[in-house]
Amino acid sequence: MRVTFKRDWIHGWLLLLPAMVFLFAFTHIPAVTTFINSFYSTPRGRKPAKFIGLENYERFWDDPVFWKVMFNNLWFALGTIPLSIALSIAMALWVNDKLAGRSLVRMAYFTPTVLPLIAVANIWLFFYTPGFGLFDQVFGALFGWSSTNWLGDPATALNAVIVVTVWKEAGFFMIFYLAALQAIPVSLVEAARIEGASRWTIFWRITFPLLMPTTLFVSINAVINSFRLVDHIFILTDGGPDNASSLLLFYIYEVAFRFWETGYAATLTVALLVLLSALAIGQFFFFDRKVHYK
Amino acid sequence: MIKSTFLKAVAATALSVSTWASAHAVDLQFYFPVAVGGKAADTIQALTDEYVAANPDVKIDAVYAGSYQDTVAKAITASRGGNPPQLSVILSVDMFTLIDEDLIQPFDNYLTSDEDKAWVEGFYPAFMENSQTGGKTYGIPFQRSTPVLYWNKEAFKEAGLDPEVAPATWDEMVEFGKKLTKKDADGKVSQWGVRIPSSGFPYWLFQGLAIENGATLANAEGNKTNFDDPKVVEALQYLVDLSTKHEVMAPGIIEWGATPKAFFEGQTAMMWTSTGNLTNVRDNAPFDFGVAMLPSKATRGAPTGGGNFYLFKGASDEQNKAAVEFVQWITAPAQSAKWTIATGYVAPRAETWESETMKAYTADFAPALIARDQLEFAKAELSTYQNQRVTGIFNDALASVITGKKDAATALKEAQAQADGILSEYR
Amino acid sequence: MSWSAPTLDRVLNTAAAWALALLWILPLAYAIWTAFHPAAYEARFVLTAPLTLDNFAKAWSAAPFARYFLNTFVLVSLILAGQFFLCTLAAYAFARFEFPGRSLLFSLVLLQLLVMPDILIVENYRTMRLLDLVDTIPAIALPYLASGFGIFLLRQTFMTIPKELDEAARMEGASFLGVLWRVYIPLAKPTYLAYGLVSVSHHWNNFLWPLIVTNSVDTRPVTVGLSVFSAIDSGVEWSVINAATLMTSGPLLVAFLLFQRQFVQSFMRAGIK
Repeated sequence: MRVTFKRDWIHGWLLLLPAMVFLFAFTHIPAVTTFINSFYSTPRGRKPAKFIGLENYERFWDDPVFWKVMFNNLWFALGTIPLSIALSIAMALWVNDKLAGRSLVRMAYFTPTVLPLIAVANIWLFFYTPGFGLFDQVFGALFGWSSTNWLGDPATALNAVIVVTVWKEAGFFMIFYLAALQAIPVSLVEAARIEGASRWTIFWRITFPLLMPTTLFVSINAVINSFRLVDHIFILTDGGPDNASSLLLFYIYEVAFRFWETGYAATLTVALLVLLSALAIGQFFFFDRKVHYK
Repeated sequence: MIKSTFLKAVAATALSVSTWASAHAVDLQFYFPVAVGGKAADTIQALTDEYVAANPDVKIDAVYAGSYQDTVAKAITASRGGNPPQLSVILSVDMFTLIDEDLIQPFDNYLTSDEDKAWVEGFYPAFMENSQTGGKTYGIPFQRSTPVLYWNKEAFKEAGLDPEVAPATWDEMVEFGKKLTKKDADGKVSQWGVRIPSSGFPYWLFQGLAIENGATLANAEGNKTNFDDPKVVEALQYLVDLSTKHEVMAPGIIEWGATPKAFFEGQTAMMWTSTGNLTNVRDNAPFDFGVAMLPSKATRGAPTGGGNFYLFKGASDEQNKAAVEFVQWITAPAQSAKWTIATGYVAPRAETWESETMKAYTADFAPALIARDQLEFAKAELSTYQNQRVTGIFNDALASVITGKKDAATALKEAQAQADGILSEYR
Repeated sequence: MSWSAPTLDRVLNTAAAWALALLWILPLAYAIWTAFHPAAYEARFVLTAPLTLDNFAKAWSAAPFARYFLNTFVLVSLILAGQFFLCTLAAYAFARFEFPGRSLLFSLVLLQLLVMPDILIVENYRTMRLLDLVDTIPAIALPYLASGFGIFLLRQTFMTIPKELDEAARMEGASFLGVLWRVYIPLAKPTYLAYGLVSVSHHWNNFLWPLIVTNSVDTRPVTVGLSVFSAIDSGVEWSVINAATLMTSGPLLVAFLLFQRQFVQSFMRAGIK
């Protein structure tokens, strides 16, 4: 008896070992060393890193760019998460139905997922170009609007980036909802319909609550994405004008790999990790109360 | 018997000696960026191959490293990893960063003869301003440029202006701009007078205005900026006035990448952009165009731009000597002319412009001379220690004023304070 | 008499769905338009504009895309192989073995879903420097090999496999690894396919980490190659860039179009909790 037990343990640990080594090496230990390094200065060619205590934290507390970037990120999360989830639910509902041209529509929704964000950013750059860009041409022809500097105006730059992100994400989330929708027993919906409930009521009272687990999963994904998706910023605005469209991860990249200030970048990464964890855990608890498990 | 053995021995020795010689050929690695479209990478490769073929005791591995950003990142990473290249073409403004990171050495150590010293003098002084500091030469100009003013001759004719004359002063640019700006009944503008892009790195073209007003943005030692100088504030106000007061330029941030296209589409009658765009404009403009120096205020003026050769530390004496010889060869008139014609960069040595090839080229295409003529008035591009960060602060300040979020004096004063905070440790 | 409520409702919904679909496909449509027409038509949508393949030729010769494709292919294969190997072993351990620390270790694994390598770019770059792996393809791959998502997915799948099969195989004298090989892996094939497609499309399109860790043509994947190529001084040439974009997204796009059903099914399967 005892022998089998111990063997089980050893087998378990051995099987787990390779994966855990990699996980520790590239996730857990870096997370810890990021924290440690945030207390050190940046090493430069002639000067090694030295312990400076909370100086980096003082710096980031006083850094107006950091605060702007953080609010940008929060606004960005607020803009992308509900919108992409709502759109993806709508897409899933439409595609799930017997819609005319269903597979073409599904393909159209899913295509953004297959295209690299960095590549489509160039296309969106054209769309947003003032004057001869697509949006200005269309809006000028349809509504007679004069040209708008979508990417060059601090008021619209971040929103323009949000639109591109929603476009990229919604199709991906649609798939998860499609799967969930197909798991909902048809009998439930039928019963409600027979009782004369409207489509809207059916959706709110039956479908949406049943989709809660998926919504939880999708929203956590969306939160993580709102911190992770910065590729298009490189092409669209490079964070400008005056950091109006910069996001936290983009700022970290700038500080670490353009300014070469790894000490300060570590501090910013700690801020990012804290923010991300807070949002994700908060989401989890928020939804946990609402999730309806059968 | 003995003879054949002897012959064999001789043959063996000869073989081993020649192998030893080629194994001892100096090995050089040279990183280069490409910042213009077209066959730039191919041209560099071809030039390098030509040199290696003519100099069998040197082996050069020309490594295409991507953009300027990539190249400096690659060079810094390789150096820190103990495997630096011997040569690299990097932005002239990164000189102080490279010195701070202790990665490069001055060329002076290997330019000892009188001939060598005269050779350094042969580069245009404007280009040398971003290449020398502390009395030493750290960079040798290679792919350099200045911004110039392009104008649409047909649009000028239509507006009743002489199509062969470009604005020569700030006031003229406004005056011409007013005639060129086409507005319809609703106030929608179909053609702007002038376009000075400000996305990404507004400091470069802005510096043109600052120099024209007689101001410098930073000192030659790279440790003090001059952002809140009243002349700089005046230049920034002029830039903003172009959109807000005179309404000859689109308001807000103007996209750099879309500028040539906007010019071709007739959205703007004049544009400020790099001379490096010359070939692109020549190939694609559907109308007759002219190229002129930037307009003057107190004086004509323009910033320089582009990349220099840098000599890295950590190489052997032999390698450094070979590297310097290669640099001297590739900046010589024959090669420099090829490079200039292929890319649109400005040949950095006066003697190149006197060569037959260049004379023939400029006879056929006069606009190529404008950037060179402007060198007389060109000054160093903004460059300091922690250059990316300081320039970034300046860019942000410019953007905030261009978008109307702050006024020029306040934004520049704040930028100066921030820059001071960063650069004080270098004084 | 003519319009009953469900039909109107249906028509409106169909119209809305189609309108959104057209909007969604617009960027791709534009890319195709500019890639096949000369530069002069980038902003003019004249239907009779001449078609040309010049842009593709120009894009191909402007940057070493052949090499970039090779790099991406090697990278994606390396990541996939590594992930299959590591995640299978780990999932098996979590699914079928009891050992102390199991739940703690599993929550550490789940943590990776949150704390992705994309966020720890600064530290991981430092690690790569220490390991002297900067500017190599393995350097791009390593942080992604132990995938929390993969372990989670496979664990779920393994847990649904009936224990009787496990015991039957053991009766036949298979070792614990043999059981894995003979019973679990074959039965989890759909999950492997699903996860494989998710992984390939994610890493084919990945940009930020490869940008940071690579500096040369020999290691750069296609996404980084495209960004470098489009960051030039002489202004954006949309026709050439979009030709390059189509080339780089081409393989995935074509695969998606051909295997649409499987693609969608796999992503759906990958999301099922």
